[in-house]
Amino acid sequence: MGIIAKVKKNLPSWAKKIFKKKKARIGIYGPPNAGKTTLANRIIRDWSGDAMGPISEMPHETRRARKKEGVVINANGATITLDIVDTPGLATKIDFHDFMAYGLEEEEAKRRAKEATEGVIEAIKWLDDLDGILLIMDAAEDPFTQVNVTVIGNMEARELPLLIVANKIDLPEASPARIKSAFPQHTVIPMSALEGYNIDKLYESIANHFG
Amino acid sequence: MSKKKTKKKRTKKSTNQKGIKIDLVSGDRFSTMASMEKIRFILDMVRNGSIVILERGLTPEEEAKLIEMTMTEITPDDFSGIEIESYPCKQRTTFLGKLLGKTTIETRLTVVGAADQLKTLKRDHDFISALVSVRS
Repeated sequence: MGIIAKVKKNLPSWAKKIFKKKKARIGIYGPPNAGKTTLANRIIRDWSGDAMGPISEMPHETRRARKKEGVVINANGATITLDIVDTPGLATKIDFHDFMAYGLEEEEAKRRAKEATEGVIEAIKWLDDLDGILLIMDAAEDPFTQVNVTVIGNMEARELPLLIVANKIDLPEASPARIKSAFPQHTVIPMSALEGYNIDKLYESIANHFG
Repeated sequence: MSKKKTKKKRTKKSTNQKGIKIDLVSGDRFSTMASMEKIRFILDMVRNGSIVILERGLTPEEEAKLIEMTMTEITPDDFSGIEIESYPCKQRTTFLGKLLGKTTIETRLTVVGAADQLKTLKRDHDFISALVSVRS
């Protein structure tokens, strides 16, 4: 890390505002099947007409980080240019039997599990090269997972901006309030990446947080 | 003679007992270890079937490193990873720290076990409930 970067990293928040930039590299993080690629696809489609990658019901569909550069977002009078990194789902365990439950043959399931472990490592390595992250949680699931706690802890330790996306609010059992109560120190945006509910609110928050 | 025989039988019975080894590691013990030493220590214990309880846990960076190392050790039909549970870290900032932009991270109790042995039932900011099972 260069001297300027070190000085900037250690500055208090009021001083950081002076250095506010209009370009940021943000990572999309979260556990498998939280909707990371669905959200990445929506953001990129909305602002550049492209797509990030395929989505699937099967966990660990994204096993390599994908990057889209120069996505310009205009929201609430602010403009920000983002390099968006869609990362593989983070997990502390990967069992090939779980993939066999989705109909994969044993060999294919083992190969996928191996790739998934490599994907988790890649996602963790990316934490060192980001300006901020969008942490996607499935609002229908318990938010108190170790993956969420570890990602939030790492962002807090690095003093980097973090936005929590309470995804899948289109599901009847979704409870964004549970996520807000679990992590009250962070901004939580309830939305549905699939249906696009509340996406404008997310763009406003992205411009405010990462700009 | 018959007394001796009875004693022998009892000893044999106790070694055959099935159980779960729990290692409780004090914060002082861990504070003297380097990050990689801690991670190696935890993974070795867990892979040998222990449930490891750390009095003061790991820093967020060490937790990420532990997950990374775990991924490199996963092998089909042998080791599918870990279950880890910790209370979220607490951040403390003093007045001087605010001026200098320094925040102290206070790590907290953490439980680690093999994924096929430890299962989280419920957790929140200050409570962890887990089910520990004997390896089959």
